Amino acid sequence: MTAVAGRRRVFTGLRLAVLIAFVAIFLIPIYVLLVTSFKPLTEADPGQAWNLPQTWTLEAWRVAWEKLAPGLWNSVLLAVPGSLLSCVLGSMNGYVLSKWRFPGADLLFTLFLFGMFIPYQGVMIPLVQLLVGLNELTGLQGVFYGGIPGLVLAHVVYGIPICTLIFRNYYVTIPDELIEASRVDGAGMLRTYGSVVLPVSAPAIAVVIIWQFTALWNDFLFAVFLTGPTSWPATVMLNNIAGAQATPYSQQMAAAILASIPTMLIYVLLGRFFMRGLMAGALKG
Amino acid sequence: MRRARTWLPGLLLVAPSIVAIGVFVYGMLGWNFRLAMTDEHDEVTEGKFVGLDNFISLWDQPRWHISVNHAIVFTIVFVLGALVLGWLLAFLMEKGIRGEGTFRAIYLFPMAISFVATGIVWRWLMNSGMDERAVGLNRLFDAIGLPQWQWFRDPDWGMAAMALPAVWQMSGYVMALFLAGFRGVPEELREAARVDGCTEWGVYRHVVLPLLRPVTLSALIILGHISLKVFDLIVAVSGKQIITDVPAVFMWVAVFDSHDPAKGATIASYIVLSVAIFVIPYLVWSVRKERRT
Repeated sequence: MTAVAGRRRVFTGLRLAVLIAFVAIFLIPIYVLLVTSFKPLTEADPGQAWNLPQTWTLEAWRVAWEKLAPGLWNSVLLAVPGSLLSCVLGSMNGYVLSKWRFPGADLLFTLFLFGMFIPYQGVMIPLVQLLVGLNELTGLQGVFYGGIPGLVLAHVVYGIPICTLIFRNYYVTIPDELIEASRVDGAGMLRTYGSVVLPVSAPAIAVVIIWQFTALWNDFLFAVFLTGPTSWPATVMLNNIAGAQATPYSQQMAAAILASIPTMLIYVLLGRFFMRGLMAGALKG
Repeated sequence: MRRARTWLPGLLLVAPSIVAIGVFVYGMLGWNFRLAMTDEHDEVTEGKFVGLDNFISLWDQPRWHISVNHAIVFTIVFVLGALVLGWLLAFLMEKGIRGEGTFRAIYLFPMAISFVATGIVWRWLMNSGMDERAVGLNRLFDAIGLPQWQWFRDPDWGMAAMALPAVWQMSGYVMALFLAGFRGVPEELREAARVDGCTEWGVYRHVVLPLLRPVTLSALIILGHISLKVFDLIVAVSGKQIITDVPAVFMWVAVFDSHDPAKGATIASYIVLSVAIFVIPYLVWSVRKERRT
């Protein structure tokens, strides 16, 4: 028995060692980000690339903030309304597709799901053309195409599948008897939604808002096709800052951290819900 | 069949989403395919229908071959890398280990960051400068006596290097999937196999692994479709260089630099087809399976 116990302990120690080694590897990019962002320009020489700064300075952060602030603000204007709208639509769809079903609801759900997997390149050119057309039709230059509202519209629409999926899989767990009882009491669809379903929706709402906020905040593809210099969100602006040859590494890294702070905070504070969103993405409910 | 009065309100509530998905997903996919079948090679002329000409002539372009080859290499390295690493991490944690929550949180956190932000670090890490000009990993490798590399600038293996940041970013997700899969195997099943005389390895081989197949499939599908449309990461690490070109970047160049909508739409159509070919069967399969249970 002691031999078995001893072997098990060795195995556990080995597991721990490998896991810790991977932690070190996973954290390398974070070390580089942080350390480089606090370096003054005088320490930009490759020989000191991995060293801690000799003098710590916030200079790079200050410059990066100045350059990136408009993009960060645009991202807020994009991600906050976008994730709230997605939540409303997802909740309504999920409710109907799980508790107030109509003939063909399953087929419809499958058709929705495909929208989750399409590479957005496949809709991008028509989308650009449509938004340009909407600009001309409404006479509102730089609103739909080249503006935040157009980008929000795109994200809300293409977010419908995943948000519907998350809410539907959550609402499936509400016992049908509760819905039935409410129906028997004479409540219609919306009353039942308000009195039975909505009050227990908080976890799913949290998952969807976090998921969509992260997706919208981190999006680059839609932003690059649909926005212009005044409406660039943080990701596009970050890429422009980093792409300029003259930008020192310290500023690039500081800007990268600044652009990641909101989603990192969400991850740290609400990681549990973040996980659930990820799992829903795997069609696992 | 229930009377329409009971289900009609539901349909009405979903109607806006049905219209939106109909127009923005299916309508626009169709519109894109249609555009790909015209000769609208600039932004002023109205295109004429030319059938599949664009789909065929794209293969005459060396850059298309390059980008397809790159996408294949990237996909193989990324999908296998993330799958193996994610599985390994889950396997090591499966039986519970001290500090599991911390490990999980660290492996998963790259997912919360955008590819654009991580691309900036990885461009620095994978800088191809060597010896005294080396920064990033080459500097580190030089110091500990490992060979230095061209990384994503390597003419043959550049795309394999490009997959490293993607593996870093996504393997935590795969780990989470597998960990849930491992934990979903009922302890009674393992116990029963042990009683039947299975070794620990036998239990793993004959009980756990077969039950992980659906999770593996989900992970494959998710990684595969991310890989075939990869865009942000490539742009953030190396921009529009041919040396790391992939279809999604090529399409971007076709639309914004070459101003050729038909060509952009053709490339986009190929990307959609490459994903649809395995996602559609998967969706049909998983919806059917759900209905059975």
